[in-house]
Amino acid sequence: MKFKGGIHPDYHKLTADHATVVMPLLKRYVIPVSQHIGTPGEIIVERGQEVGRGQPLTSPAGFVSVSVHAPTSGKVKKIADFPHPLGKAQPAVEITSDGEDAWFEDIAGHGDWRDLTPARLKNIIRDAGLVGLGGASFPTHVKLSPPKEKPVDLLILNGAECEPYLTSDHRVMLEHPAEVMEGIGLLMRALGVRKALVGIENNKVDAGEALKRARPVDLDIKVHLLETKYPQGSEKHLIYALTKRQVPAGGLPMDSGVVVQNVGTALSCHDAVKLGRPLTERVVTVTGSAVREPANVMVRVGTPVAEVIDFCGGLTGDVGKVIFGGPMMGIVQSNLAAPVLKGTSGILCLVESEISQFQGAPCIRCGNCVDACPMFLVPSIMGLLVERNRFADLGEYHITDCIECGSCAYVCLSRRPLVQFFKRGKLEWHEHVKQLEGSVS
Amino acid sequence: MTSPGPGDFKFIISVSPHVHSGQDVRSVMRDVILALVPGVLAGIWFFGFDAFRVLVLAVLGCVAFEIGMNRLLGRASTIRDLSAALTGVLLAMNLPSGSPWWLIIVGSGVAIILGKAIYGGLGYNPFNPALVARVFLLISFPVQMTHWVVPAGITTGLDGITGATPLGAAKEAAGLGKSLSETILPDTLQLLLGNVGGSFGEVSALALLLGGAFLLYRGIIRWQIPVGFIGSVVVITGIAHLLQPDRYLGPVVHVLAGGLILGAFFMATDMVTSPVTRTGMLVFGIGCGVLTSVIRLWGGYPEGVSFAILLMNALTPLIDRYTRPRVFGQVSRKLFEEAPSS
Ligand code: SF4
Ligand code: SF4
Repeated sequence: MKFKGGIHPDYHKLTADHATVVMPLLKRYVIPVSQHIGTPGEIIVERGQEVGRGQPLTSPAGFVSVSVHAPTSGKVKKIADFPHPLGKAQPAVEITSDGEDAWFEDIAGHGDWRDLTPARLKNIIRDAGLVGLGGASFPTHVKLSPPKEKPVDLLILNGAECEPYLTSDHRVMLEHPAEVMEGIGLLMRALGVRKALVGIENNKVDAGEALKRARPVDLDIKVHLLETKYPQGSEKHLIYALTKRQVPAGGLPMDSGVVVQNVGTALSCHDAVKLGRPLTERVVTVTGSAVREPANVMVRVGTPVAEVIDFCGGLTGDVGKVIFGGPMMGIVQSNLAAPVLKGTSGILCLVESEISQFQGAPCIRCGNCVDACPMFLVPSIMGLLVERNRFADLGEYHITDCIECGSCAYVCLSRRPLVQFFKRGKLEWHEHVKQLEGSVS
Repeated sequence: MTSPGPGDFKFIISVSPHVHSGQDVRSVMRDVILALVPGVLAGIWFFGFDAFRVLVLAVLGCVAFEIGMNRLLGRASTIRDLSAALTGVLLAMNLPSGSPWWLIIVGSGVAIILGKAIYGGLGYNPFNPALVARVFLLISFPVQMTHWVVPAGITTGLDGITGATPLGAAKEAAGLGKSLSETILPDTLQLLLGNVGGSFGEVSALALLLGGAFLLYRGIIRWQIPVGFIGSVVVITGIAHLLQPDRYLGPVVHVLAGGLILGAFFMATDMVTSPVTRTGMLVFGIGCGVLTSVIRLWGGYPEGVSFAILLMNALTPLIDRYTRPRVFGQVSRKLFEEAPSS
């Protein structure tokens, strides 16, 4: 079970053996309204209002939209633009904690998921504000509602955690195997499939064993150990490694009859249904040589990064970058006031010497990038085309199929900023297509 | 402990990925030079001090021209990437061990200036610089370039005895209408070890294969080029030999004699001037082999490796274009064809 291409970076799973620790309650949280792909919700609380933990702060705006919830009980202090991990300041709700950490009165468990209809399950999942916790942050209920013409027969659980350094999914599987398995069961019911596969990289054998032991007898869930190779956790490559099905270019997993969910999402779905708890916290791996005490931390959504890092002993003086996510695809931070989001799987702090500068020497055509590209593109030539502003030729090289995994840049002998090239190239290519369409009509 | 606040750090801001394999141009060039060491040592063993002199002059020459061109064109220094040094080593290995000093210096200049700098430097050059120099010298100074010294061993002095290469001898015999059985040729073991006439670095097949294996093991070269190259030479010269054994040498001699091993593992595999796709590399390798065989069997020169590689260098962009891998998930849909064309 393998996919072609990909790379073997140094894994640095420093925190694989660190049991999750819970971060103590803070005085202040900042919850951005936009934390998922799709339309942000509309704010439904007012300044000065008392809120309970888990109380919705926004209501979904449309189908591809979910609420955000109060991470603890307290008062709405301010509604304004705050620093956001994606860069620009964005609307957020600031909450001052009252120290009680009391759940919102409406919170109640929904009983055994086996007694609930798929439609009801999807509603619960939606109201709990669930999004993919692996990093992409796509609303979970949308993924669970494929259109009729796309029959889905398989649920795949992503436990690959292929990004170096990150161990939050590993810890979730190890520490809550029964809840994860029940979560998978309810996702299967919501989706209407009888089969589920869990894909885990074989550097996490213990997690695989734990899940296998916890499998409910009435469910057809198989746990597979996969080769440890980046990007094993890319949806398309996970599906291929597990089933040999190829998601058509430009298509979604459901085009090959599959829906993929992250294992952490399964756990949160379980909590939402069994306990009635919306998503207000998650496991975050705080790691890298620039943080003094790396750890897996249970963090409330809305906790400023600076606080989380402080909880882990603070930064060393030679820190060069703080990254949300892993070193291959994570997003670099400029302001430590930005809060942890639902999709924040890790806070990676690298010292300057570990960081690679991609300064863009000429391509020496070594072909490393071609071997590494898991989408079988030709990054070297695509890079040249962008560099020479030959955007119209990019389509021929299928630039839109690039998943920005960074494998090509990782192995590039000339350290060319290939991912940066391709982000720009995609925009320019779409611009080009638009212009052509304009000139045709 | 009071931790520094958010504003107390200066962060580097750049797009992902944030880490790199650590392999760079310099480390690869260094590995290739390392892989050439056995071949160089064999050359020195068989041709003595003279060969060493060629090596030193060529490397110094190439590095000096590189520095000069960088200065002249106002480019940042590229000495550290070791590519000029490697060109020097490869050039030396492609010259007769008795080459006069001026021939080596002219060769170095041609390699660096005409082979690389005028195109914009490393990465932009379409042809292998060392081969550009070799072919330039072969055409301009045919006498000096085919003044082969018979290996006399490291102990003897400067005056080796002039003799023909095995391939040259066979070609001459064919030209005179003589049967190959009347020509004296070295046996296979001598060919393997390198105790034959030829360029300084091409004689010992065994030493070169050792280096080639190292490069394959390190993943710096891919098997497609050497296997395609040598494989097609074996097939074509094998068939020719089977049909007319009196006229054509056997495939073993063709592989071991001349510059085939050096060319297939070290010259044709030059990253800059060979295709980037695996299929392209195979096509490229086979192309080199076919052209080499054709030149050796029916062309005017006894040796064809350099010409073959240079010709294929010219075709590299075309090969890359037509050997693009099929994109993952490209089962039925083709995005490009869906896009409107004007
Ligand atoms: S970033 Fe794009 S081009 Fe580079 S390896 Fe990943 S998919 Fe291929
Ligand atoms: S890895 Fe970098 S240098 Fe090598 S072919 Fe690709 S873009 Fe060019």
